[in-house]
Amino acid sequence: MMPVMQSPRSLEKPTMHYCPGCSHGIAHRVVAEVIDELGLEGNTIGVSSVGCSYNNYLYFTFDMQQAAHGRAPAVATGIKRVHPERTVFTYQGDGDLAAIGTAEIIHAAARGEKITTIFINNTTYGMTSGQMAPTTLAGQVTTTSPAGRNTSTQGYPIRMSEVLAQLEGAVFIERVSMHDVNHIIQAKRAIKKAFRVQMAGLGFSMVEVLSTCPTNWGLTPIKAVGWLEKNMMEYYKLGNLKGKDLEV
Amino acid sequence: MPEKVLMKGNEVIAEAAIRAGCRHYFGYPITPQSEIANYLAWRMPAVGGVFLQAESEIAAINMVYGASGAGARVLTTSSSPGISLKQEGISYIAGAEIPAVIVNVMRCGPGLGGIMPAQSDYFQAVKGGGHGDYRNIALAPYNAQELYELTVKAFDLADKYRMTVMIMADGALGQMMETVEFRDEEKPFEADKSWATTGTGMKRKKNYITSIYIDPEELEKLNNRLQAKYRTIEENEVMYEERDCEGAEIVVCAFGLAARIVRNVMDMAAAEGIKVGLLRPVTLWPFPVKAISDIAEKTDVLLSVELNAGQMVEDVRLAVNGRKPVHFYGRTGGILPTQNEILEEIKRILGRGNK
Repeated sequence: MMPVMQSPRSLEKPTMHYCPGCSHGIAHRVVAEVIDELGLEGNTIGVSSVGCSYNNYLYFTFDMQQAAHGRAPAVATGIKRVHPERTVFTYQGDGDLAAIGTAEIIHAAARGEKITTIFINNTTYGMTSGQMAPTTLAGQVTTTSPAGRNTSTQGYPIRMSEVLAQLEGAVFIERVSMHDVNHIIQAKRAIKKAFRVQMAGLGFSMVEVLSTCPTNWGLTPIKAVGWLEKNMMEYYKLGNLKGKDLEV
Repeated sequence: MPEKVLMKGNEVIAEAAIRAGCRHYFGYPITPQSEIANYLAWRMPAVGGVFLQAESEIAAINMVYGASGAGARVLTTSSSPGISLKQEGISYIAGAEIPAVIVNVMRCGPGLGGIMPAQSDYFQAVKGGGHGDYRNIALAPYNAQELYELTVKAFDLADKYRMTVMIMADGALGQMMETVEFRDEEKPFEADKSWATTGTGMKRKKNYITSIYIDPEELEKLNNRLQAKYRTIEENEVMYEERDCEGAEIVVCAFGLAARIVRNVMDMAAAEGIKVGLLRPVTLWPFPVKAISDIAEKTDVLLSVELNAGQMVEDVRLAVNGRKPVHFYGRTGGILPTQNEILEEIKRILGRGNK
């Protein structure tokens, strides 16, 4: 009998530490499935960042490095320049990538660094108890915007995929969501293509994943999914921003 | 045949790195060390290496982290304000126990300060700089030949102990031209890098590099391991030069460029019948505590001469431990103390006024 579904080889078996309803677990599984399907398990070096996924090197079965806050693209650059034949990716949250690490992500993309970034956008700093992130929506209540994000004093959320898509070195950029099965299937397709772009040596690739954080949003997992659909997908439009027609 | 050439100090550092087998350089321009990057920008590709000009010193040190963690011999270089920016990465490298060679061609501070030579990053290099309990091996060359020797040695020490090694040069050493004799061939320390993230190739269990330990017991274990390693280094890696300290009326402690000036002062003093000794630390950490302690038994007074407001003098005093007076003389702002100034200070301390 052929198994219909099984745990990806690239994923370790321990219980993950993520909260109920968090998207990280799904995103990890999708990345692991893609790496399995592309036959990259022995060829991959990943970079963990700072935030809730800081220790996801424990969850994957391939080599990984843990990077300082925001610096994952620089660390990945160092790895890739030593092992250009390896597949190198970063896994970063929105505080990490869109605030403290803006210089590193922009310049990695501008250099056309042949790495892939999985960018988890859940509009908040999950690990430090739900502070306002660069991606927090206008009016959204967080622990550091208790009256809701006030755009006149706290500015506007950054659409990082659109920012990075401007750069010549960024060849594949797509925004996806992981809040239901259909979207997860689409997300997996995008992530697979991002890795293929890297394997083809075309340049920088990134997939932004709209994600839920029920704990810090103060919602049940089910309600968090509804909040993502209603609010996040309105401001962060899903779809390909660059490299749609690349054949890899 | 060893090759004897006339070269600028910064270029000696760059060439030494190549000869030590370093094939990955990440840096950001800053005076007075920019010639290192300029040299490696053509030299690295010529030997099949990687030269990458990063977007910042922060990015550069994190590229070092990634590349070293992937098993390569890696170099980054900067000058004082840029070295401050690298401190985050240096602390992570310490915690993750990976090798890295970092050159600081020191200029005067604080702040943006100036571009003239200084030794005012002594505290930063030997007492910390970044957060947490860690050490850097800090090497202080004082001429072009030592820029070469110590840069080569830095890579070996970094690989041997899996930690940061800092070359503490200064703007004058970096900018001046001197002869240097290169060996035909180096024999780099053969380090076991089975811990590196190179891709498993499905042939071994995964490797990962991290500096985070949420469990306090685990983190204390890391700290204990680091401290044990530091004690080993203090035991085995101290380097210094001792000159004319036997029977000296005063022993001057000085490193790098300051020691070169003191060498001339010793001759001037001898001509006036004053016997001056020199203790020149080559490793600023591990500090030559025992050598200075022994000297304190034999001489009446010590003087620390530095291109700063008095930093190494604290370690000299700790080594002397109150047994003899320890004086300090230094200039800041990028001004070098003159030989006459130092000689006058020596005579003042010894009560030998002008006749």
